[in-house]
Amino acid sequence: MRKFRSTERYVATRELEVAVNAAVALQRPLLVKGEPGTGKTVLAQEIAHSLGLPLIEWHIKSTTKAQQGLYEYDAVSRLRDGQLGDERVRDISNYIVKGKLWEAFESDTPVVLLIDEIDKADIEFPNDLLLELDRMQFHVYETRQTVVAKHRPIVVITSNNEKELPDAFLRRCFFHFIRFPDRETMERILQAHYPDLRAELAREALEVFFRIREVGELKKKPATSELLDWLKLLMIEDMPPEALRSSDLKVALPPLYGALLKNEQDVHLFERLAFLSRARRQ
Amino acid sequence: MFAPFIHELRKAGLPASITEWLALMGAMKAGVAAYDLEDFYYLARTTLVKDERHLDRFDRVFGEVFKGLEQPTTVTGEIIPRALPEEWLRKLAERFFTAEEMAKIEALGGFEALMETLRQRLAEQQRRHQGGSRMIGTNGTSPFGAEGYNPEGVRIGQEGSRHRRAVKVWDRREFRDLDDDAALGARAMKLALRRLRRFARQGEASELDMEGTIGATARNAGTLDLRLRPERRNAVKVLLLLDIGGSMDDHIRASEELFGAARSEFKHLVHLYFHNCPYERFWKSNRRRHEQMISTWEVLRTYGPDWRVVFVGDASMAPYEILEPGGSVEHWNEEAGKLWLRRITAHFRRVAWLNPVPQKHWGYTTSIGLIQDAMEGRMFPLTLEGLDGMAKALR
Repeated sequence: MRKFRSTERYVATRELEVAVNAAVALQRPLLVKGEPGTGKTVLAQEIAHSLGLPLIEWHIKSTTKAQQGLYEYDAVSRLRDGQLGDERVRDISNYIVKGKLWEAFESDTPVVLLIDEIDKADIEFPNDLLLELDRMQFHVYETRQTVVAKHRPIVVITSNNEKELPDAFLRRCFFHFIRFPDRETMERILQAHYPDLRAELAREALEVFFRIREVGELKKKPATSELLDWLKLLMIEDMPPEALRSSDLKVALPPLYGALLKNEQDVHLFERLAFLSRARRQ
Repeated sequence: MFAPFIHELRKAGLPASITEWLALMGAMKAGVAAYDLEDFYYLARTTLVKDERHLDRFDRVFGEVFKGLEQPTTVTGEIIPRALPEEWLRKLAERFFTAEEMAKIEALGGFEALMETLRQRLAEQQRRHQGGSRMIGTNGTSPFGAEGYNPEGVRIGQEGSRHRRAVKVWDRREFRDLDDDAALGARAMKLALRRLRRFARQGEASELDMEGTIGATARNAGTLDLRLRPERRNAVKVLLLLDIGGSMDDHIRASEELFGAARSEFKHLVHLYFHNCPYERFWKSNRRRHEQMISTWEVLRTYGPDWRVVFVGDASMAPYEILEPGGSVEHWNEEAGKLWLRRITAHFRRVAWLNPVPQKHWGYTTSIGLIQDAMEGRMFPLTLEGLDGMAKALR
C-alpha cells in the first residue's frame, strides 16, 4: 500500500505522516483535533488524493443521528406508493436509503471516509457508532441483512472539542492533534499554495500574521486558512510589501484585516492598541 | 524495554490501556515507523494519547523513560521514599488487610517483620532492579516489588495484579477513577443533568405521527392521511444561581464545568450570580457587577414556579451573613439572607443547592447547616451521586 506523504499542495509534518500511516496500517479510525483553520477537514481530502482513493464525506450537524450514516427507512414513500398501487411497494429494500457508512462499506475499492465535526452531534452519537467502526459491519433490521465492509475504509474523524468524546470511542481511535504550524512549516505551506508568491511579500505578511497571533486577548486567533485567504486578497490587490512593513501593528490595522480578524471585539482591541500607542507617542 | 513506559504513562494519569498498547505493538510490527526514536515517539503518541490535554504529560514521561535517566525507582517510576514512616505502614495495613491476609503475613514472621525487611531493603537498594530473589524490582520472587510471584509479597507501584496474590499494592490513589467523590468531568455532568430533562412537543409540526396517521387513514377508509406533530424537545427551564468570589475561588473549575454542561444541555437556562448568600439582588454578569443587577423581586416575578432553581455555592460564610439584616459582606441588606432564601424556595418550590465542598466536611461549618435548613435538606455535593439526588429533588 502506498504511504501518505506531503504533496505539492499539502504540507504534512512528519508526525502527521506517521499518525496517518499508523491509522492506515492498523485500520483504525484517526481522530484529528486542532485549532480551527489548521487543515483538519482538508487532511481527509489529501489522504484520499495521496493514496489515490475515493473520498466519502459525512458532515455532522447537531441533528444528525448515527442511524442516518447507516441507512434510513423511508416509510412515507412506501405508504404513498402503496396508495398508488406501485409495484415497487412489495419489496421493502426499495425504501431503504443508504447512508454514507453503507456507501463506504460496499465500495469495491478501499475508500477514505471523512466524519467531519463529530462533536457537533448529540453527546451519545459516538457511542452509537462504536460497533460499526470497530467491526465495520451493521445489521439492517428491515431486510434482515448484515452489511459487512468489503474493504475496511480509512476513517478520518475531526472534532473541534465542543463536546467531550466518550472513552470507549477514544479507545478505538488513533489520535492526532494538529499543532499550529511554526514559521518554517508555514513558509512551506505558503509555497505549496501560492508558488508564484513574491518572497518579500510572504515574509512581510508572515511577520504581521505572527505578530497578530501573539496578541494574547484575541477571541479568535487567525489560523492557516485565514492567512491563505488574506494573502490571496493581498495578491489580488497587488499590495506592495512596503505597505505591510509600514503597517506597524501599533500604529494601524493591517490592510484588508477583515480576512484575519473575524469578530468586532478583536478589531476593537486592535484599534484600541493602535490608539494607545499613538497617544503615548505624542 | 517498553513495559515500564506504559506503566509510567498510567502513573502520570494517561488513560492508556492494554488495547492502546497492543495497537502500538501492532503498528511497530507493521513497520509504520522507521527505526528511529523520533518516529517511534510520533507513533507512540498517536496510539497512546487520546486527548490533547495529555500531550504534555506524555512528552514528559517519554523524555524521562527514553533518556535513560537512572533513578532509584520502582517500575512505575516513582522514587522510592527512603525512610518509610512506621505510622504510615501500620495505618495502611489496618486499612487494607483482612484478617485472613494478616494470618498469611504471619508466614513471613508477621507484619512487623515484613515491614522491617522492606525498610531494610529499601535502604540497601540503590539502583533499579530487575529479576532476582532479594532486591526490590520487577519480575522477581522476592516478597517485594512488582509483577513477581510470592504470596506474601508487598507490591510496589504496579497497576493491577498479575497473580492476584500480592498482599498490598502500594500505588497511591490507585482507585481514584472508581471513587464516586472524584472530580467530575464535563461529560459525566452532562449525562447526570440529562436526568432533569422533561420532554414536550412544541413548535413546528415536522415529525410523522405514526399512530395519528394510522388512525386518520383508517377513518378515511384506507386513503392515506398523513398526520404530523412537533418534535419532542427538552422543555425544562433551569435558573442557575452561582456563588462567585471569595471562598468559591477554590471551586471555580468545578463550577465552570457544571455551567458549561448545563448550558449545552438546557435550552431554557438563565444564570445569575450572587456572593455567599442571595439577598435582594443578583448580578447578571460577573464582570459588570455594579452595572447589570436584577432585583430578586424581579427574578421572582419574571420566572414562574415552573422553573427549577439550582444554587451552586459552598455556603461557607459567617452565620450572620445569613441570619442578620446588614450581614452581607458587600453592601447593607435591609432584610436577612434567610428571609430571601425562604421567599425563593416558597416561590419556586423545586429548588436545590449544589455544594462543591466535600460532604464529609459539611458538619464543620455552621453556615452550611443553616443553608441546608433553609433548603429543607435539599443540598447535594457536586458529585455524580449528588447530581442524581438533585435531579430527583427537582422532579
